[in-house]
Amino acid sequence: MNASLFSTSAAVALLFGLGGTACLSLPAAAQEPAASAQAAEGSSGDTHIGLIYWPEIAPSSYDAEAAPEDEGVAGARMAVKDNNTTGRFTKQTYALDEVALTEGKSAVDAARDLVGKGIRYLVLALPADDVLAVADAVKGEGKGNEVTIFNTAAPDDRLRGADCRKNVFHVIPSRAMQTDALAQFFTLMRWRKMFLITGPNDNDRLYADAFRASAKKFSLKITAEKPWTFGPLAKARGDTPTRSEAMVFTRGVDYDLAIVADEANDWGDYVPFRTVDPRPVAGTQGLIATTWHPTLETWGAAQAQNRFRRLAGRLMRPLDYQVWAAVRSVGEAATQKKTADPAVLSAYFADPAFSLPAYKGVSLTYRPWDHQLRQPIIVVQPKAMVTVAPEQGFTHQRTPLDTLGVDLPETACKF
Amino acid sequence: MSLGFKAGVCVAALVGATMALSASAQAYTVYVTNEKGNTVSVIDTATMAVTGTWKVGRRPRGVTTSKDGKELFVCASDDDRIDVLDTATGKVVRSLRSGPDPEQFILGPGGNPLYVANEDDSQVTVIDIEKNKVLAEVPVGVEPEGMGLSPDGKILVNTSETTNMAHFIDTTTFQVIDNVLVDARPRFAEFTSDGKFLWVSAEVGGTISIIDVAARRVIKKITFKIPGVNDEAIQPVGIRITKDGTKAFAALGPANRIAVIDAKTYEVQKYLPVGQRVWQLAFTPDQKFLFSTNGSSNDVSVVDVEADKVIKSIPVGLLPWGVAVSPN
Repeated sequence: MNASLFSTSAAVALLFGLGGTACLSLPAAAQEPAASAQAAEGSSGDTHIGLIYWPEIAPSSYDAEAAPEDEGVAGARMAVKDNNTTGRFTKQTYALDEVALTEGKSAVDAARDLVGKGIRYLVLALPADDVLAVADAVKGEGKGNEVTIFNTAAPDDRLRGADCRKNVFHVIPSRAMQTDALAQFFTLMRWRKMFLITGPNDNDRLYADAFRASAKKFSLKITAEKPWTFGPLAKARGDTPTRSEAMVFTRGVDYDLAIVADEANDWGDYVPFRTVDPRPVAGTQGLIATTWHPTLETWGAAQAQNRFRRLAGRLMRPLDYQVWAAVRSVGEAATQKKTADPAVLSAYFADPAFSLPAYKGVSLTYRPWDHQLRQPIIVVQPKAMVTVAPEQGFTHQRTPLDTLGVDLPETACKF
Repeated sequence: MSLGFKAGVCVAALVGATMALSASAQAYTVYVTNEKGNTVSVIDTATMAVTGTWKVGRRPRGVTTSKDGKELFVCASDDDRIDVLDTATGKVVRSLRSGPDPEQFILGPGGNPLYVANEDDSQVTVIDIEKNKVLAEVPVGVEPEGMGLSPDGKILVNTSETTNMAHFIDTTTFQVIDNVLVDARPRFAEFTSDGKFLWVSAEVGGTISIIDVAARRVIKKITFKIPGVNDEAIQPVGIRITKDGTKAFAALGPANRIAVIDAKTYEVQKYLPVGQRVWQLAFTPDQKFLFSTNGSSNDVSVVDVEADKVIKSIPVGLLPWGVAVSPN
């Protein structure tokens, strides 16, 4: 099981946890619950966290699985509530400033506004280019009180590599982490021969690149590659003529598993049960690697699922979880350092002593070399959890979590 | 061949039962909540076998008996209530108004009131079990779980899993008087019998914090190291300390071990292999046996406390969570 690829003899284990000294004893707690999540501006003492996002385009009324309007935002609201419940005992209060972008308002404008109001923590649910633009625009602002940015939606490996920024922390796993999680499972199952099908978008090509790298890392074989050229058939209506060439294009390929690279969800769901040979499908559809799923209930996740459902009236989605983890990073760091001072916390997130408990069975930490959040990745099919990466047997001198994604010796990131 | 094999199994089972019988002066009844089975499995310590399976509300977790052993209290988390069973009949005779999502609870030293952690609601509810009346609701951190009570009943401690604190609550005023930060995801709080120290397990932090109760400071953190087991898999949950204060047992979750700890020096002496994902522990009143719930393997392990040995595993229902033993 390829463990030898990663095991080294050095037994330097990085211990999770808060380190040995965290001990806080406080006087009688204020019994008055903290102010609501969206406390009024200017109530002094509140730590404000800005959330910038593109609102979902209104879906067709008949779209059964449309993204909810408050996707991500609801996760931030729950996290601010959680921060405030804990803050009752540490005398720290939090407020959320939500900014939905429109055609006329760029992410950079929104970020400058928030920073101008004194906000030092920005949570972005934005594409990679916007993340970079905001990171560069607010760099050096705040005169010693550096602005910290959390990327919750852009999985692009370049943000953790050549285009990394010191003021950005990545909660969402990189594409490399996602495809490594799948590849570890395939290795465990001895499924070796991969048929890679790549969609027409840039993101699809980036996903395919990540998968190729993972295949190489875990000694899987890509026996065939084809582009998807038949359009968004997964979104076609029942009376749309079926593209017969799409049904036969898997003919004559020798493979164990079809890997679909379709981040826009346009056609990947069309492939399962339509391959000529009966083969399972994985990648961006079918068996996927993600951060959250309705069937996740271990490690206390059931409590987060319930709390979220009561708050938002719907199931928690991966983006909700990622935004929640970003906002909780601020709250958790403030509890651990006993201050919400941005000058202290901006340096603390990358400290190995900082850890975030986030319903994954282990404490999560940010990698110092690229600021990516280390995390177990769940591998799920639509109705069930299948496994959790890293798989047993994949070891690493630091933590098995570092078998997922780009490791220190390979990183292209220079802060 | 197959006959011979079966006979062998029978002999082994008999030997096990005889061993249990001879070691146990008195027979007790063990109650195990099955979180996904919505049942309680009943085990007789004389035979170490399941003698009954009782239906209760949904997602049963915390479990305890009344002081006289005639009633069994079960947190039916998903039904937002506590079921009270007659231990003579195994029937639910009434339900207590526990507040939402009761997970763990602890009974006052006099047998009343009951202190309940409401996991989904960031509060502790205090219930008079005779009048079925809520006496107080105490706001605590996010996801309250562990409940410990000082031997004199004056200090209640609740641990909050996401706030990562032990909240000290005065049981006469129902006010939070202090908070002690511990490691990530504290699951269980247990006082020593002299009331001087409080042990708090941290599932994700992988540690047990020993808190000086008078000073309300962490004085020691116990860590664990098991050859061949990832540190990440060592997740302490349930803790039990012997009455004489010499020995402690800690369930280590997916490490599938119970740690035996010298309660004076805080040194880990031994790891006992048990079933998968071991969570809660309970002694028999004579402290001869310790029972552990093993959630993933759907069984209960029986530990001989004197010998530090696992002597038996008993299959129970789906996802065993909590365990309580009758006082007589």
